[in-house]
Amino acid sequence: MAVAAPLSELVERAQPLAMAGERLLPVLPPLAPLLPAGGLRRGSVVTVSGSTSLALALLAAASAQGSWCAAVGLPALGLAAAAEMGVALDRFPLVASPGPGSGPGGWAWVVAALLDAFDVVLAGSPSRAGSGVRAADARRLTARVRERGSVLVVAGAWAEPAEVRLSQVSSTWEGVGQGHGRLRGRRVVVVAGGRGAAARERRVPLWLPHPDGGVREVVDGERRAHARRVVS
Amino acid sequence: MSGVRTLVVWCPDWPLVAAGLCDRPSAVLGAGRVVACSAPARVEGVARGLRRRQAEASCPGLAVVDHDPAADARAFEPVVAAVEVFTPGVEIVRPGVCALATRGPSRYFGGDGALAARVAAAVDGVLARFGDAPACRVGLADGPFAAERAARQGLVVPAGASAAFLAGFPVSTLGAELADLLVRLGIRTLGQLAELPAPAVLARFGPQGATAHRLARGLDERPLAARIPPPELAETAELDPPAERLETAAFVAKGLADRLHDHLAEEGLTATLVLVEAEWEDGRRLGRRWRLDGNGGRTAAALAERVRWQVDGWLSAPLADRPSGGLTLLRLVPEEVRSDDGRQLGFWGGDRGAAERVARALARVQGMLGPDAVVTAVPDGGRSPAEQVRLVPWGETVGSAARGVRADGSAPPWPGRIPPPAPATVHPVPVPAEVADARLSVAGSPWSPVAAWAGPWPVDERWWDHTAHRRRARWQVVTADGVAHLLSQQGDRWEVEATYD
Repeated sequence: MAVAAPLSELVERAQPLAMAGERLLPVLPPLAPLLPAGGLRRGSVVTVSGSTSLALALLAAASAQGSWCAAVGLPALGLAAAAEMGVALDRFPLVASPGPGSGPGGWAWVVAALLDAFDVVLAGSPSRAGSGVRAADARRLTARVRERGSVLVVAGAWAEPAEVRLSQVSSTWEGVGQGHGRLRGRRVVVVAGGRGAAARERRVPLWLPHPDGGVREVVDGERRAHARRVVS
Repeated sequence: MSGVRTLVVWCPDWPLVAAGLCDRPSAVLGAGRVVACSAPARVEGVARGLRRRQAEASCPGLAVVDHDPAADARAFEPVVAAVEVFTPGVEIVRPGVCALATRGPSRYFGGDGALAARVAAAVDGVLARFGDAPACRVGLADGPFAAERAARQGLVVPAGASAAFLAGFPVSTLGAELADLLVRLGIRTLGQLAELPAPAVLARFGPQGATAHRLARGLDERPLAARIPPPELAETAELDPPAERLETAAFVAKGLADRLHDHLAEEGLTATLVLVEAEWEDGRRLGRRWRLDGNGGRTAAALAERVRWQVDGWLSAPLADRPSGGLTLLRLVPEEVRSDDGRQLGFWGGDRGAAERVARALARVQGMLGPDAVVTAVPDGGRSPAEQVRLVPWGETVGSAARGVRADGSAPPWPGRIPPPAPATVHPVPVPAEVADARLSVAGSPWSPVAAWAGPWPVDERWWDHTAHRRRARWQVVTADGVAHLLSQQGDRWEVEATYD
């Protein structure tokens, strides 16, 4: 027994991809209330608006447990922040600037190619560049995601109804004053909506990031203070 | 039985030519020492093997870059293409040096001297594109070793005279370890070594000595050995009617790859380098070598996929380079084979397939957008968020080791470093901003009052260098709507470096 326990532990650690057969990719525990399944359901599209940190936090647990993640079309992604959040940088390749147009090499082509192989693809929607995601591309990619059992996290607008829509509606920084202190932690309120089981709207207050690092729930005492500030 | 007549093209200071720095005092560093330096730097006393500090001391204002062999090799491609015009069998010895056997081409172009002159002219034509690159040198001699020596002097050594040509060189040309011993025994030149009887050299210095002795006598490194020629392994498919569409070509490629794989398996072999050749209706013949890696790259399916990407790449080239008409012939030539030792599966039965699928998907994107399009981040030392990670092209092992980070992963202190948390958005080009009366406007947007701020983190970087010297201060600024920015101030100019969103 003395041997068996560490061994089973070792197997668990050495076998991070046991999740591959299952339908759910893990998320950091504080984010679980935002998602109807309590994790990233394979074959689903999640949109995130208003916060790049939130998009990175969604990837963090899956990446830390051995899943492959990739980012497309996000030339300004802060990778130091990704590493702080828990994303494994050696399993996180980036295609910062896909080619123009919708043919081979274009945004939709690159996303489709990566969906074939990666568990999670974080894609910055090209709407900022002006062309936007065409409805046809969005439909095709949604079908691709479902077929391959990967997860597409879109930062920005998406032309199809996504399974889960997350948006950050407020943000309050802590630790910084009038010329003293520094940015330490931030309290945000994330609103989740979507289709089916996710249709009921949920509001979750979070530390993103917590002054001690990482993502945490806002506990009760903090919540009242937070509510006051949000109202103001 | 002297060595095979060989022509060597040597592009001096290649790492600097590739980096575009050959016209000013500059040096390339590898492992803290100068690997190559430009002619203006040599005049100032910089030499190979110097430490960075010594080099900078002897030549203030020296531009220093890190050694990047992969980039050197990429930049060398047009040079190889220019040499390939003369004969198809060009070998790249290392970026900056390539060799070819001259028996055929020499006869065709009217002698060794004429061939050397033509090759030099062709390569110089390519080098002209690199700005002030020093002219290439071409040398011809018996065997690659003598030819490379000859190239350094730009000489054509007559057939059979290589031993005499080499006689004057010091034994250190052979490499450090053995040369050291030989010098202590009083053998200082290759000529003195060559005069010794071969059996005695072998008895005293072993196989390494025997090889050195052969080289010193102007022979090939290995004696010719009778061997069974390998069976013809190349697989060819002629397409009639020609394939106009990628799908048709891909289907043929799949069959070819299966056949090649089966034949190799019968011989107990696996290919590590495959030449993909295609002929087109307009008579064009294109070829590219693909390296197949051990992580699942050596299956028939993986090979077929690579052929497909390659044909796809040719078909989507810019109009001027694109072959017109259909594909008439496809050939797969295994150029390097090794015995197949099977593949070990993961001990815990884990999904090794994931990493293989990822590698294939990324190779496909790189094939379409270029090798630099897919990058990965490695932690780096630095003050600003942008400096704390370094992006390297995916799959390049060079320099992927973290710099500025201790072995245990912790960062050494960087005075003036912005403390964590790190911003989630780091603008590739800083966005101009205006700050006045406790209000902030980013890139001409409406003014927004500043609710809180912290800083400054002053930075006085590269004060020893006029042109790169920057003095500035960084501030964390939170506006009334709860958005935090990292601003940098230089005089009265403000920029948004990053956003905490």
